Amino acid sequence: MSAAATTSESFLERAPLLLRDAVTGFLPEPARWLANSLLSIVAVLAVFGLLFAFLTLAERKILGRVQNRPGPNRTGWFGLLQPFADGIKMLTKEDIVPRAADQLLHFLAPVTLLALSILTFAVIPYGRHLVPVELDSAVLYFFAAGAATELAIFMAGWASHNKYALLAAMRALAQLISYELPLLLSFVPVVLATGTLSTTGIVAAQGGWKWHLIPHWIVFTPWGAAGFAIFMVSALAESNRSPFDLPEAESELIAGHLTEYSGFKYALFFMAEYFGMCALSGMAVTLFLGGWQAPLPVLEFIPSYVWFAGKLLTLLLGFIWIRATLPRLRIDQLTRLAWKFLVPLALVNLGTAAFWSLTSAWSGPLQLLRWAVALVLVAGPFLLLGRGLTAGLGPRTYRYA
Amino acid sequence: MSFSDPSPLSAAPGASVRAVHDEFHGDLLEVSMGPHHPSTHGVFRMMVTLDGETVVKLKPVFGYLHRNHEKIGENTSYLGSMPYTDRLDYLCSMTNNWAYALAVEKLAGQAVPERAEYLRVILAELTRLLNHTCLAGFLLQDCGASGTPLMYAFREREKILDLFESLSGSRMMCNYQRFGGCRVDAPAGWLDAARALTDGYGSFLDEYEALLTGNEILMARTQGIGCLSAKLAVSAGVTGPLLRAAGVAYDLRKVDGYGFYPRFDFRVPLGAHGDTYDRYMVRVLEMRESIRILQQALRDIPAGPIMDPKAKLRGFRPKPGEVYSRIEGPKGEIGFHLISEGGPNPYRYRVRPPSLINLTILEDLCLGHSIADAVVILGSIDIVLGEVDR
Repeated sequence: MSAAATTSESFLERAPLLLRDAVTGFLPEPARWLANSLLSIVAVLAVFGLLFAFLTLAERKILGRVQNRPGPNRTGWFGLLQPFADGIKMLTKEDIVPRAADQLLHFLAPVTLLALSILTFAVIPYGRHLVPVELDSAVLYFFAAGAATELAIFMAGWASHNKYALLAAMRALAQLISYELPLLLSFVPVVLATGTLSTTGIVAAQGGWKWHLIPHWIVFTPWGAAGFAIFMVSALAESNRSPFDLPEAESELIAGHLTEYSGFKYALFFMAEYFGMCALSGMAVTLFLGGWQAPLPVLEFIPSYVWFAGKLLTLLLGFIWIRATLPRLRIDQLTRLAWKFLVPLALVNLGTAAFWSLTSAWSGPLQLLRWAVALVLVAGPFLLLGRGLTAGLGPRTYRYA
Repeated sequence: MSFSDPSPLSAAPGASVRAVHDEFHGDLLEVSMGPHHPSTHGVFRMMVTLDGETVVKLKPVFGYLHRNHEKIGENTSYLGSMPYTDRLDYLCSMTNNWAYALAVEKLAGQAVPERAEYLRVILAELTRLLNHTCLAGFLLQDCGASGTPLMYAFREREKILDLFESLSGSRMMCNYQRFGGCRVDAPAGWLDAARALTDGYGSFLDEYEALLTGNEILMARTQGIGCLSAKLAVSAGVTGPLLRAAGVAYDLRKVDGYGFYPRFDFRVPLGAHGDTYDRYMVRVLEMRESIRILQQALRDIPAGPIMDPKAKLRGFRPKPGEVYSRIEGPKGEIGFHLISEGGPNPYRYRVRPPSLINLTILEDLCLGHSIADAVVILGSIDIVLGEVDR
């Protein structure tokens, strides 16, 4: 966690730091650094572990409400104890490893996946003073760790020695590698505009308000909005969520790479999927939605970590809502969407961002021209490329005998 | 490493497994989908041979639910087979009952009173609504929509099942038709409840279609997938919505005009492409026509007896003869072939199950498509294993 807070800030803003100092303050200086790091690791694991538990509950509840049913409501008040009941169930289930499976890889896959997805939590600024690790190239580190999860999914599919799992692993590789590119390309303009790869730097660059009303969040520029959309679509695919949940397409491949996993290993995969979703949403908040910044100056009295949590949960609810609504794509349509639509759009978006940076000095009527050109640069390719995606498809009229 | 062109894979019907194992394609993968697989709609099994994800061979395997239905029918009295017909296509027991009752009535020369005929039409069209609604839900479930369309469909299905329950005492195994009429008359308020349901069903369909029919993912997943040509459909004996989606105007309600169907004004929707989207849309449009039939029937239904007073239930022995009788079930032509030798049991009892015969073209529809499409195509054929295996 970062440098000492100034005393002018509100008590709640400083509360995490005060709490930390209360725990580790008595230690000598070198040991304190180590203890602080350990403390932040414990805090991240505890917070996201609980978030994972209640996110599964929220997902089941929300899916239930969307589908005209109550969702889990038998365990505890409103089903609030359901995640813990699930956890106990998962822990007590028999752990089955197929005889033909590669024992070592079969065991390593969930562990690797979870470890890699936890790594990504290290660099997200959760609040004004809440960055577990300050890195100058934090964004690069984040995506490097995130990309390595593909390996673990392929490991699971290969080691299971199951045809469904193997098909799922092939799908997962094709899908995740395809979407890695638009995901990376969509944040390059942000780096271009803010001039830093550090997450704290990117959040700091989005501080302040125009006319004390519109925050300087990147999503409020034309290229930022497009980048955010591309990022979120790619994030859906990267975290294997509907409508891109092909690797574990239940109706086709049973449970995909999870087919041969049971008990707590299965739960670990589940946990890693949700961690990945949380991490990507957290990164989206950091890159595009102003991180922990408040949307209005008058709302700054609310602590920064509350704002971050609010934005994060909003994005996560979006994930759940999309899952409740959309059917799944096919693998060729999925890769086509990535290579023929998202990658070109992200590349054009890079140009738009460059134009936006170059014309930052324009004012008066030129400001209108700047907006017009940028909007055309964003909407034009979207419409042109989008038409190609849906060519030949459309509603039909039917005749009667 | 050779760059010579391997014999290209044909997407045409009849393409077989290519024996070439070249650098780029490697071995073919044989996957046994089923009999316990989430989307084979019961205990159906597909032996799929895959080149990557492309289906190059598909062998349907069924019989896991075989329970000697037709042999039992030969050793059971005519009336005793009626509850067994519920178990054929267990979503549509009312139409199974009717098809069987119609066959026996034809055999025995039995007349049916007017109110019973109306009730039969009403129940058959309610069954059609129920079946097509469930199919749309299951089809989208197969497309990967995580349960939402299915739950919406089941919500409406429950309303129809409630009607069936208050009429016959059972939700799914209705056992309602008798030779010469129906078992019991509709209880007080039943017709009003049916009217209320029918009038509200159109708005449900509107909601459902607004949510899904225009969805780009759904169109991308279903348009141009699993095209069934009219020629193949006719020569394979395919009936029902599948045949009409292939553009063949063949609806037994119009062709045979059995029951009181000629009295009602309704249209038969036809597809032009024969693909999965057409099969889905033809069913949605059929539901709208069913609502029209229901509204007319519920408006015109007369009072009166529901059972022909001359009908003989006990000691029923039709005179010797042979009969084949068919109706337009929700899944296609469901027919019963009976041979009587004058005894209490039929000498021969044979069912023409639409699900089984429609299923025979599965490989032709799936070849050249990916495994994800095969699941959706199977869903669009609309099978119930109780009827396929009997």
